[in-house]
Parts: sequence; structure tokens; C-alpha cells
Amino acid sequence: MESEQILGRLAETMPGAVTAHDTAMDGILNIHTTREQLYPLLQTLRDDAQLGFNFLTSLCAIHYPENAGQELGMIYHLHNWTKNVRIRVKIYFPKEDAHVPTICTLWPSANWQERQEYDFFGVVFTGHPDLRRILNVDDMDVFPMRKEYRLEDGTRTDKDDRFFGRDGHEGRSFD
Amino acid sequence: MQVQSYFSSLDNIDGELATLNLGPTHPATHGIFQNVLKMDGEKIVSGEPTIGYIHRAFEKLAERRPYNQITPITDRLNYCSSPINNMGWHMTVEKLIGCELPKRAQYMRIIIMELSRIADHLVCNSVIGVDTGALTGFTYMFQERERIYDLFEEVCGSRLTTNIGRIGGMERDFTPAFHAKLKDFLKTFPPRFEEFCGLLERNRIFMDRCIGAGPITAEMAMAYGFTGPNLRAAGVDYDVRVMSPYSSYEDFDFIIPVGVNGDTYDRFMVRQEEIRQSLKIINDAYNNLPEGPYHADVPEFYLPDKPDVYTKMEALIYHFKVVMQETPIPVGEVYHCVEGGNGELGFYLISDGGRTPYRLHFRRPCFIYYQAYPEMIKGAMLSDAILTMSSMNVIAGELDA
Repeated sequence: MESEQILGRLAETMPGAVTAHDTAMDGILNIHTTREQLYPLLQTLRDDAQLGFNFLTSLCAIHYPENAGQELGMIYHLHNWTKNVRIRVKIYFPKEDAHVPTICTLWPSANWQERQEYDFFGVVFTGHPDLRRILNVDDMDVFPMRKEYRLEDGTRTDKDDRFFGRDGHEGRSFD
Repeated sequence: MQVQSYFSSLDNIDGELATLNLGPTHPATHGIFQNVLKMDGEKIVSGEPTIGYIHRAFEKLAERRPYNQITPITDRLNYCSSPINNMGWHMTVEKLIGCELPKRAQYMRIIIMELSRIADHLVCNSVIGVDTGALTGFTYMFQERERIYDLFEEVCGSRLTTNIGRIGGMERDFTPAFHAKLKDFLKTFPPRFEEFCGLLERNRIFMDRCIGAGPITAEMAMAYGFTGPNLRAAGVDYDVRVMSPYSSYEDFDFIIPVGVNGDTYDRFMVRQEEIRQSLKIINDAYNNLPEGPYHADVPEFYLPDKPDVYTKMEALIYHFKVVMQETPIPVGEVYHCVEGGNGELGFYLISDGGRTPYRLHFRRPCFIYYQAYPEMIKGAMLSDAILTMSSMNVIAGELDA
């Protein structure tokens, strides 16, 4: 199943759901969508006979502090086992409004994975049956995987990331 | 659902339910995780697992570590088969930097990875024996596992948390002692393993305990994200080594064993057969081990020979660059998965060109399939729940990351 076939089928069944697409360096098709279209899109990817992405490989959140209004994101990896094709679905949304519909009802395996991303990034999965912290302590009041916390001694100068393609998040001042 | 209705038709034994804390530290859980069970007599009404007791923030740590320093983190995921994790990580980085390994290095990796799969399955299966009351097989198989660790020690210097291999190949070639020990292992292990099989596989008590304990259907297993031996025991022949071959697995002919009922006995038998298939792969790889270099020519990532560092300018420069992580990394994202001891171990790496990953997400098979555990033990006896857990091979390190 080629990328064109997947995109063509999605354009037929869900016109306008795919807002952008590209192919990553590992050859997996990335499709971007909106929060509103996420659940129906994943459902179509799973249930459509021609698409058949039956398996949720993983889901994870990501934080890009520099993308104003699109700081947080969710990335879903799906896998079609019969045709052995993988696909990534991505959405981005503002940090202040970190709500994503849960996909527990599509794949029960999303339950703990969504709890994990809530735990670390503060993404609230609306409709999740049991959205609690899972790996961190219950009374923790931060979302530790967000790129908001200084990790090493700020006076350290021997590792200047500005020369290595990175002058943003890690080197910026936290005050 | 069916189990629930079956259960609710039974009378309560003494008219009240008890709460039982199984864990966080309990000899029967073989790791640090807790299950709060609601018990009706000896039957489990419901279970609530809590995890995270050995959470070490690997994903966060990885965002602050250069690529070659992430390997020791991966050791501590599934510590029963560390080399598979190490090499899965190396292959992820090699995919990102576009590095092709020489055949010899790939075959060497396969030998190490299959040895660690045997070690992993030996622990799991002999512990199933222990939990059914058969300690003897465990004591024999642990000696064999020690011999596999001796082999690892020859290759990398350590036994459990191996940090084996490097980005771009193996750290050193197989030593003469490794060759001798591997030949000895390949000759003497199969008969000893068959003794273990003879102790358990058709043992009446063992079969009665295992058959029907903690079953899961193929549909449920897929929905719950099962991979690896636990999924194959339910009858689905998904194996990453065959689906998306890496490290030249496509050169080898082996069988993917599948079960029927997805119960403890099937999980046990699938692992037993996988050990035999792994042995076959090791034999094939070792007998056809190609000549040539044991690492790729990627001086930006692979440390030069130490004598060269002292005598050659170029080697000195690369040594400095590797140690100080002053190598440009391509920008992009890759997903790479390997067939770990417990299933599809995936690494999702996003690089923004910095010296550390921008984001590294581990797809830990244990973490994903362990959430089916309460469902699998509902309505079962406590002793079956213990057995189910050990047959799922939940490794706390991989569970909590």
C-alpha cells in the first residue's frame, strides 16, 4: 500500500481531514490533522477495509515551546499488520488548551499510554475513564517532560548548544 | 464480560469482600509493582495495578544525554535481555545517520541478541516452574543463564547491564575465549535444555496448573497492544524479526511458534519453542559468520582504536569529537523497532540537530500489555493470578522506564 493510496482513500472517505502530509526519513508516512478530526480519522484508519491500520503501536506527546499556539502535540503510530504498513498521525494544539479526545474506545491499549502522556506533558484526554498520573507520584504538580525546566547548572559553559543546531529551548534562560 | 457474569452468579463465600495488597514488594511478583485486589475468598473480583515504583525518567534523561550515552539507559529497560535493547537503540541511531553495517557486524549482533532472548525466556519459563512449585528446573536453567552471561562478559566486559556494542557496530571482535565458550554452549546447552523440557512440558501437575490460567483471545490481545510471545501464544504470528527485518534477520530461516488459547501454558510453550528457534538462528549465524570488519566506517560516531589516537592526527580529532559529542546530527525523526524479549520494543527518536535527542519515546511492550492483567485475572484464583503474571514476563524496569 503506497502513500498515495492511503492519502487518496482518506481524501475519499474523509475529505479535508488530512491538513498536511510528508514522508519521514524512515519512510513512514506522516499525516497531520486537527483535534476535531482526530478521532474520526483514527477510526477510519482502523475500520476502513482498504486502510486497515488495526494496531496502535504507540502514542506519545511532544512539546515545542517555540511554536506559539501549537506548543503541544500528540503523535500516534499505527500499523497495518496484513500489509505491513506503518503510519504516523500528528496533531498540535496550544498549551493553554491541552485537550485531546481519548482513543481508549478504539484501542484499550491507549488507556495507560494516555495516562503516561498526561502524567508527563499534562495533555488532558477528554473522555478517558481513569485519567490519573501513572508513573510519577500522585501529588506531583508539574508536568516534567515539558521543556520548561532547567536541567543542569546554568553556569556551565563547556557545552554550548548554540553551535550544534540548537539555540532555543535548552539554552534559554528560565526566570 | 463472560467471566464477570459467571462470577456474579456465584455466592459469596462468607458474604464479604476483602482487599488484598499484592506488592509493591512481594516475592511472588518478581518485581516492584503493586496490585490491589478485591478478593472474595480466594477468587479475584477485581484488580487495580499501580506501577511506577522504579520509574527513573528515562525519556527525560535521554533528552539530556548524547546518543552514545543513552545506551546504558536502555540496558535498564528489560534487564533480562539488555543486549536487544542496546542494539535496538544503536540501530535507531544508525537509521537516523544512514549507516549500513557490514554483514559480520550484523551477524554478530544476531548471535548476541538471540543469546539474550534465550536468557530472557529461560528466566521467564523457569520462574513459571517455580510458581507452580517446581524449583528444580529453575536452578538448572539459571546455571545456563550464567553461561550466557559469561559469553556477554567476553564481548563487553559486563554481564547484566551490558552496554554491548556501539553505534556503528560492535565494540570489539569476538575473542578466542568467546569462540570457545560459544561452541561449548551450543554443544552442551541443547541436551540440558531438553532435560528442563522433560521436567515440565508434559508434567501432569504443571499442565493442570497452567492450562486455562489467565487466557486471552487473539482479538483482545491485539486490542490491548500485545506483542511478542504473549501475542503469539494467543495465535497471532506477529514477529518484528519477520515483519520488519533488521540486522539481516531475512537471511535466516526460522519458525514463529504460535499458541491457540493464549493461556499460561501456551505462553510457556511458545517461549520454549522460541528458545529452540533462537538456538537454530545462532547456529546458522555462527557457522556462516562472514569475514570482514566488525563495525562500519563511521568515524564521527565510532571511537577510533586507542593506539591510533596517540599516533594519528585524524584519529585524535575523531576521538575528541566523539567524546565531546561535537558531531552534527541529521534533523529528522525515525521509528525503529526490534523484537525484544517481550515483544515490539520501539524507539521513536526526534532529532532537531542538537547533540542530544529532542524527544525519545520508548515503546515498552511490558508497559502496554500489562494493562490487560486485571482483565485476565478477573474471576481467577489468586494462585492462578500469580502464575499469569509470571508467564506474562512483566519486567519492572521496562514497565516503569
